Amino acid sequence: MSSTATTPLVEVTNLSVHFRNADATVHAVNGVDFTLNAGEVLGILGESGSGKSVTLKTLMRLLPEKKTTIGGGMRVAGHDVLSLDRAGLIAFRGRVASMIFQEPMLAFDPVFTIGQQIAETVIQHEGVSREVAMARALEMLERVQIPSAKRRLEAYPHEMSGGMRQRAMIALALACKPQLLLADEPTTALDATVQIQILLLLRQLQKEMGMAVIFVTHDVGAAVEVSDRIAVMYAGRFVETGDVRTVIRKPGHPYTQGLLAANVLPGTGIHAGKRGDRIEAIPGAPPNMVTLAPGCAFEPRCKWAEERCGTKVPEPLPSADGGAAHLVRCVRAVA
Amino acid sequence: MFTYILKRILYVIPIGLAVSLVCFSLVFLAPGDPLSAILPPDATTELIERLKADYGFDKPLPVQFGKWVLRAAQGDLGTSIATGRPVNSEIAKAISNTFMLAMFACGIGFSFGLVFGFVAGYVRNTWLDKVVTGIAVTGVSLPHYWLGMVMVIIFAVLLDWLPAMGAGAGGSDAWAWDWEHVRFLVLPAVTLSFIPMGIVTRTTRAVVAEILNQEFVQALRAKGMDSLGVFKHVVKNAAPTLLAVMGIQLGYLLGGSILVETVFSWPGTGFLLNTAIFQRDLPLLQGTILFLAMFFVVLNVLVDILQSIFDPRIRR
Ligand SMILES: Nc1ncnc2c1ncn2[C@@H]1O[C@H](COP(=O)(O)OP(=O)(O)O)[C@@H](O)[C@H]1O
Ligand SMILES: [Mg+2]
Repeated sequence: MSSTATTPLVEVTNLSVHFRNADATVHAVNGVDFTLNAGEVLGILGESGSGKSVTLKTLMRLLPEKKTTIGGGMRVAGHDVLSLDRAGLIAFRGRVASMIFQEPMLAFDPVFTIGQQIAETVIQHEGVSREVAMARALEMLERVQIPSAKRRLEAYPHEMSGGMRQRAMIALALACKPQLLLADEPTTALDATVQIQILLLLRQLQKEMGMAVIFVTHDVGAAVEVSDRIAVMYAGRFVETGDVRTVIRKPGHPYTQGLLAANVLPGTGIHAGKRGDRIEAIPGAPPNMVTLAPGCAFEPRCKWAEERCGTKVPEPLPSADGGAAHLVRCVRAVA
Repeated sequence: MFTYILKRILYVIPIGLAVSLVCFSLVFLAPGDPLSAILPPDATTELIERLKADYGFDKPLPVQFGKWVLRAAQGDLGTSIATGRPVNSEIAKAISNTFMLAMFACGIGFSFGLVFGFVAGYVRNTWLDKVVTGIAVTGVSLPHYWLGMVMVIIFAVLLDWLPAMGAGAGGSDAWAWDWEHVRFLVLPAVTLSFIPMGIVTRTTRAVVAEILNQEFVQALRAKGMDSLGVFKHVVKNAAPTLLAVMGIQLGYLLGGSILVETVFSWPGTGFLLNTAIFQRDLPLLQGTILFLAMFFVVLNVLVDILQSIFDPRIRR
């Protein structure tokens, strides 16, 4: 990890996101803090509905403004994201920070060719001619190792396989050399073998281009594969943050322990059956995001729950044996 | 792409045959004898037989049909019983009038419909959306002929701004592109434009709203496209559906509106059809219906081809 003398690329402080619906308020994100240095990969791990996508979309200001209340602060590469105006946002998105999505089929416009869709991004940000933009598109397709890239430039999204589409999506996202890539479950919709290829490609491109990545997933194996640090998300909070080794070897939060028990971890020595073989290790229902509990959100499902767990949300504190970089929001993890 | 277009064009032949059979037999399903309308009540049997032979009504129906189709394929639709003029020239005259009317009506209806629809789709569920959608629904629901009469009362009778009937001095033969003649188009064209306006507004609103909800629009914003850039994507995605709807609407209007053309005495195909029905002018009626039906078939093929150009997925 890089030195701490320079300011981090991403600084998120006490981020909260609430959606006001007609009948209820959804507390999607409830106080997320983290920093990310240039060239570093943060994996956000959490089950469906824990607020991962909302966190990423907030970083891009993609949420519907009218019904969304955002609290806290976000700085990315010197930009105060929450106070960007229209023009500022357009210049920020795709250039400073880019995003790739879970379903590349849905993220591409079906009636434009892959080449056109990459080229228009380059034209939008760099004001270059069509020829230059197309040349960049070709270069990017080659970079993400799409075979016969020249022909693929003219392909429509439906003419490609899922893995090729995700490669093309990565090519698009990286076309303007962003400093930060936000990846929202980019391998979830793909076959297992293709998943690994995409993860390796992402890791390789991240190293080559030196960009920072926030990689969101519910798959522990994928998170371990690409991340330097891992944040475990539950009910809109990071319940545990630390570098990959520490979190995997010495999980401090009961939720993380449950997640790890339910997954296979390549190369970690923990084995629990075949990949994709989900074991119900955490009993109980996911948390209610409308009526937030006053204490630890995991308390109703936690086998170690005590009386004090239900009164106050635990602060993220250094774990007993993981050092200062390993923060856990659990009263038991602290010595 | 080319084979797709060729295939679509070849489909016209069997459909055309089926359509002409239906046109031909439909008329014979109606009761009454076409000749009785032009014959004096005291006509001798001899005269009736001679006229039947002249018009070919004495032959068995399949033979009549075969002859009719063969001649129709060569562009000859027979002679009008009422006027004695070729059906072709009667239709040709009426078409040019209906065409003019339809183009004006579509020009007005599509422009307003597209603008209203895009605005409503972009600001859906706001008060502006509700106003625009309200206008569209009203436009579709109002009966045409009633609207036409209201227009006549307001703009022709009360205000006396525009003429109420016909195509100007000398009828359609003396048509010219000056205000003296064009002003006769205004009221029927505006009346006719309400339905395409309403339908195009509703369709556009629904299509635009649906596209804006798709994930790729969020992806476009995420890569930094400005509003104009996103708009281009919305337009190209909406185009196939909108073209189809507008094509069909244009088709309906080109088919001529019996009611509106009758209200305004506009000498188009609808008016012609009306005349043919009331005069029991069988050749004119068959010819006009066949022409209109074939017109719809060809129109559908054109719409299909245009759609395939906009949406590559259709071609497969
Ligand atoms: N636009 C929205 N309006 C209302 N609620 C939303 C919206 N987007 C997400 N949510 C809610 O926020 C919570 C977190 O969602 P999300 O971040 O998508 O979860 P995940 O971790 O699976 O990506 C969920 O309860 C979801 O229903
Ligand atoms: Mg998600």
